[in-house]
Amino acid sequence: MKQKTLFILSAVILLLVFAGATLFYTSNKQEQTTEAVALNQANLLRMHSPTLGAAEAKVLIVEFFDPACETCRDFYPFVKQLMAAHPDHVRLAMRYTPFHEGSDHAVKVLEAARRQGKYWETLEALYAAQETWVIHHRVEPERMWDALAGVGLDMERVRQDMNTPEIAALIAQDMADAETLKVTKTPEFFVNGRPMPSFGYEQLQTLVEEAIAKNYRN
Amino acid sequence: MATRTQPPPAPAGTEHDRAWTLVFLAWLIATASTLGALFFSEVMKLAPCELCWWQRIFMFPLVLVLPAGLFPFDPRVVRYAMPLALAGWGFAVFHWLLVMGVIPESIGPCVRGVPCSEVTFEWLGFINIPLLSVLAFSIIIVLLALTHIKVSK
Repeated sequence: MKQKTLFILSAVILLLVFAGATLFYTSNKQEQTTEAVALNQANLLRMHSPTLGAAEAKVLIVEFFDPACETCRDFYPFVKQLMAAHPDHVRLAMRYTPFHEGSDHAVKVLEAARRQGKYWETLEALYAAQETWVIHHRVEPERMWDALAGVGLDMERVRQDMNTPEIAALIAQDMADAETLKVTKTPEFFVNGRPMPSFGYEQLQTLVEEAIAKNYRN
Repeated sequence: MATRTQPPPAPAGTEHDRAWTLVFLAWLIATASTLGALFFSEVMKLAPCELCWWQRIFMFPLVLVLPAGLFPFDPRVVRYAMPLALAGWGFAVFHWLLVMGVIPESIGPCVRGVPCSEVTFEWLGFINIPLLSVLAFSIIIVLLALTHIKVSK
């Protein structure tokens, strides 16, 4: 019947247009990110960023993250596993993109804790209790303190240090670099400057393993 | 009015075909709008604001409801689809007036995430997503109204 053919044909055409546009858009976007990173290598890593792992490691994971972001929290154990699997070959640098409302408070606390040598403990404590201090995607700064009780921080000093202009400048620099590198969602990973082709654990693992294979060939 | 248990007899011949085509066109608009909305949210990863969600709620079902009235052609599909189209049109107009600044944001019902008054796209200086939504719902309403007029003649 003619009407049925017309209907099915239209549905197929609409879906094909959608699939084509999707393909075009994603490959275009991927190209733009790779290009932005290639052009702006200097924006990828700053001296001020906290790092984990051997300083001479040839594989560098740069993670743009938001301590209030759930996916960042869920990714964290996986990143640690990846690091543990290749202890001398991989280094991790943490960069801040506090996209959630009020999330810069959490970053400031992290940086203040770093001055007391308790950066990773604080990050882990914040992640573990994330649902108590991130309410409806908004950071409730007062609720963060309970989450930090067990870390052993000098809280008075944290409260003083977190508002220093150096920390504010560091966050502003990271946000500016994120914009240059077209980081719009968290977490975003770059492995030796290469972004993930699509989002997922396996994609990150593949990137890391490829970089190790390339840099430690002997 | 026809009896409640039996659907009204479908008009015969070319009138029938014309009415079918009108509903079909309405379906085309609804499906194109739905895919467009999905492209913005799922491919471009733009979070829909609250008012966008309300419009989606009334646009998406049309994609499935309208074909149910096409095979075989059942003019009563107008009765089922029109309330959805009218409700969606209301939200679309409200949203459009909001981004145009006619209605102040403070009385807009946006509470979480993306503010509804934010204009994400603008083509030729005046075509934005809420305007496209108003146009889509308006065309669907007109097509359904014409269908109703055709079959009740």
